[in-house]
Amino acid sequence: MQAEFDSILSCVIQYWYYSGEYSKALRFMMDEKLSWKVRVLPYMVLLLALALWELLAIRHMYPESSFPSPLLVAAGFREEIQSNRLQNDLIASLFRVSIGFTLSVSIGIPIGLILGLTLGARTAFMPVINFFRNLSPLAWIPFAILWFGIGDKPAVFLIFVSSVFPIIIGTVAAVANIPSVYFRAAKEYGLSGVSLLTKVTLPAIMPQVITNLRVTAGLAWLVVVAAEMIAGKDGLGWAIWDDRNGLRLDLIVVEMIVIGSIGVVIDRLILRLTRIPSVRWGYER
Amino acid sequence: MNDKPLILRNISRIYGSVTAIAEITLEVHRHEFIAIVGPSGCGKSTLLNILSGSDKPTSGSLSREGDVRMIYQEGGLFPWLTVSENIAMGLRQNPNSSERAAQLEDLIRFIQLEDFTDQYPHKLSGGMRQRVELARALAGRVDLLLMDEPFSALDYLTRLRMRQELVRMLKERPRTVIFVTHDIEEAVQLADRVIVLTERPARIRCELKVTLPRPRSLTHPEVVSAVHHIVSEMGLEETLLEPEALEHNQIV
Repeated sequence: MQAEFDSILSCVIQYWYYSGEYSKALRFMMDEKLSWKVRVLPYMVLLLALALWELLAIRHMYPESSFPSPLLVAAGFREEIQSNRLQNDLIASLFRVSIGFTLSVSIGIPIGLILGLTLGARTAFMPVINFFRNLSPLAWIPFAILWFGIGDKPAVFLIFVSSVFPIIIGTVAAVANIPSVYFRAAKEYGLSGVSLLTKVTLPAIMPQVITNLRVTAGLAWLVVVAAEMIAGKDGLGWAIWDDRNGLRLDLIVVEMIVIGSIGVVIDRLILRLTRIPSVRWGYER
Repeated sequence: MNDKPLILRNISRIYGSVTAIAEITLEVHRHEFIAIVGPSGCGKSTLLNILSGSDKPTSGSLSREGDVRMIYQEGGLFPWLTVSENIAMGLRQNPNSSERAAQLEDLIRFIQLEDFTDQYPHKLSGGMRQRVELARALAGRVDLLLMDEPFSALDYLTRLRMRQELVRMLKERPRTVIFVTHDIEEAVQLADRVIVLTERPARIRCELKVTLPRPRSLTHPEVVSAVHHIVSEMGLEETLLEPEALEHNQIV
């Protein structure tokens, strides 16, 4: 139990640290009196939430079939894992998000760079990109099904259209924010062409790009659930829809818990990129 | 090699209806240290941009020999590169990699930052950062250095120390320096010639030669009288010193 406490504590402190609240993180690491609070508080909130949930469940304000109790959900967890369904759905969803998101990043960042560096292209294309950025990805669902049928492809398509435009816009903004002094210095030190791109432009936008990736990866994870509900035959989103049809709300809660937790894990993984020494400058001043 | 790496003749720069600088003529000798002082917003940065080649004069002619390197007020270092990687940028022109490594080591020893080679600039103090900038600019063979208020973001004591540091560095690695500052003491302590500009449009109001050998004490009578002279010239002080106090400084 102590080990788990410690891991939660270090998560909280790391979160502060990497979100820029160094003094807070350091204070909590140093201060013995405060550190027990950090250990206990998250669990207290969690227990309180569970207790509230249980309380609402045993008072039978709603029938158990539409308001499953924590115990029912725990049983649902076991059932889902034993039947291997949860694992399969999780893998299916993660697969789609990885493909769709990788596609968005590998197309969105180069486009963002080009637009950021060329005023003409930026002026021409930004209104269109802004338009698609503000279009709910769910509006694409009918087209996704008509064009790609059911399964991985429509979900990947929806993830792509939902995340590529914010990635482009974020990259354009990052390029526009590069202080001109770096380009002037680069010219004085003989950097041009490819070496200018790899030694100045890309490293200069990295911190902002990583922050942007965190936001867009979160978006992609939200969209995959919606996409699978309508255009899937497996995956966590599809599982929710399937359990809704089977009126298994206990299993829906299981899937909700998994979706939320995996979202946090994805964010944490991208957050690790901010530990790269050559991008720390972007978060520490 | 030409003895005058930088010659400006009647340089003017006009933006629309605003004249930023007007008819500036200046000849800079090799390894001469020129300080340019003037009221803020008078067009000093315009002049620097013209000298560095990032802006063109509206009229007049500029002859400049070779490349220039600029030293900025702050944040001129690449924050994603370590101290040694930043300095190595200044050595890129040298194709021989073992020579480059030896020179890099020399430069780091030269600025006494041996313990900080793998640190990133944001971890350093302002004075250390400026030392790294100076080392990067002094790396390689580029002769002409343009300094745009390089020490003005530092605290007073660090600024005093950096002046001594700059004098020491230039003694070992002589360069032709154009040093823009609003700090008159700094200009007098460092420069062979101090050029005082007028308000916008910037013209040369007067020029002061300082012959005292460097390093110069801030409180040396000649430094004090030169400062006094410039302050009076700029109309910031009512009384002028007696002429004999200025005898060591030639006023052009």
